[in-house]
Amino acid sequence: MRRIYINEDYCIGCRLCEIYCLVQHSHSQKIIKAYKEELPRPLARVLVEEQGYLSFALQCRHCEDAPCIEACITGAIGRDSNTGAVLCDENRCVGCWMCIMICPFGVINMNTEGKKVASKCDLCYGEEEPVCVKNCPNEALVYEER
Amino acid sequence: MKRDDSKYLIIGNSVAAVAAVEAIRSKDSTGRITIISDEPYSVYSRPLITYFLSGKVDEKRMFYRDGGFCQRNKVVTILGERVMALYPQEKKVVLENGRGFHFDRLLLSTGGTPIIPQIEGKKLRGVFTFTCWNDARQVRDFIESQKIRRAVVVGGGLIGLKVTEALVELGVEVTVVELADRLLGATFDRKASELVKNYIKKFAISVLVNNTITGIKGENSTVCGATLRDGAVIDAQLIVFAIGVRPNASLAEEAGIEVNRGVIVDEQMETSVSDIYAAGDVAEGWDTLMHARRPLPIWPVAHRQGSIAGYNMAGFPKKYPGGFPMNSVELCGLPTISAGITDADQEGYEILQDYHPRERRYRKIVLLDNRVVGAIFVGNIDRAGIIIGLIKAGIDVRQFKDHLLSEDFGLLWLPQDYRKHIVEGPGIEV
Repeated sequence: MRRIYINEDYCIGCRLCEIYCLVQHSHSQKIIKAYKEELPRPLARVLVEEQGYLSFALQCRHCEDAPCIEACITGAIGRDSNTGAVLCDENRCVGCWMCIMICPFGVINMNTEGKKVASKCDLCYGEEEPVCVKNCPNEALVYEER
Repeated sequence: MKRDDSKYLIIGNSVAAVAAVEAIRSKDSTGRITIISDEPYSVYSRPLITYFLSGKVDEKRMFYRDGGFCQRNKVVTILGERVMALYPQEKKVVLENGRGFHFDRLLLSTGGTPIIPQIEGKKLRGVFTFTCWNDARQVRDFIESQKIRRAVVVGGGLIGLKVTEALVELGVEVTVVELADRLLGATFDRKASELVKNYIKKFAISVLVNNTITGIKGENSTVCGATLRDGAVIDAQLIVFAIGVRPNASLAEEAGIEVNRGVIVDEQMETSVSDIYAAGDVAEGWDTLMHARRPLPIWPVAHRQGSIAGYNMAGFPKKYPGGFPMNSVELCGLPTISAGITDADQEGYEILQDYHPRERRYRKIVLLDNRVVGAIFVGNIDRAGIIIGLIKAGIDVRQFKDHLLSEDFGLLWLPQDYRKHIVEGPGIEV
């Protein structure tokens, strides 16, 4: 399957990936509205870690042997048979946070906006390419089959 | 093959069974699989029964896999039937109604049995245990039909407190009675227990520790109160026992399979009898932190054990090095996660902590020889999985120990080779 790969040497820590991701997963899909009017603010599903000159953007790795799928008590987290992406069906999620407990990358977050649900990267389902990859100015994120 | 003969026979119908079916079918698309369960339901999620009780999860969302799961995987299901005997030599099980099933390979995933203390009044109407969907249905119906206002939950562990939460949401006043001197004693340390206790008291939940009930009072064969060890009497119309679950291993035991507390399994989830496997709450596998065999009745372990059993049953050898306890439970809106050894006061352990009782936030990391062996998160559980991943990986944390509890702690602090391995690899084992 195609996955997002990280080139940490190229990451400049600009956090554009976080902004595009947040807007992509907002109701309005408009940057100003997403940041100023949607309250609580929608969540980005990618996180830039930064320390000194080292930085990288991290999102769900869509693991082949995904521990979150095993830990999910509802069956909400599963693998999409078309893309291979690990997706969370937010209608079925009850917010037990077993996935947060077990994800060794720490890339699943609590979304407490409405009904409490686990929030994670969906590889921008339906898009040709995830927006974090598409809008990375330095190809620090690439989307490819390896 | 005769009608009731199977290549793969599975007893029990929860997560270990599902994981086994999925593993078997990834390797063998035709071998006949039969599941026998004493519950009348197609595969549902046991941990959701408290959500069902409170009404947060409806009938439809209780099912762990969609309705087509068995058909798609060509699984024959025998539901609502109890297996009475297992004959390992003949490779056969017999149901209560006398019907026999032969198998080539058998998986015992019969789960656990709730413990009920031998006290007066335990047979009264209004006394329940709480481990399966029928329990949740019966408690809900009882509350609705009898207009129950007050309940006693016996046991302040995870199940007890989740039931308590659901009852409170239904408008029932609850007293939790715990034998130990604190709540969640098996998974939490004293500080975390205290935080949870003080927090849930705000929801009109009474908590009695160092106490237990010694009798149940009845009126017209229905519960009307509970007598405590200290002699006090609590007025209640509903009693729920949540004092623990033991592996449901009697079938294996009577068949001569080696059983300690649970059915003893090796790294391939095979029991002492070849071609008979066990997985989930009934099994006693390896605890990688305690370096001992013990039952680990938690969901992700059951899933993994079921899957490993399935691969081996299908003839594809796979090993499971073992697991360790971990739990994630949100109580009345307070998220908590605990893993591994959380309450270590012996010499040699090093404790890191970040404790803010007034804000109800507590994070604790337990180290042994510079390796993380346990953790507690209350209130703030963000990225807890990274710490728990370190427990599993057994990484030496000396170089970044001071950062483990900092707000910006992340993968970036980890040794580059470990980080590269987990970030770039196509997937990871649990």
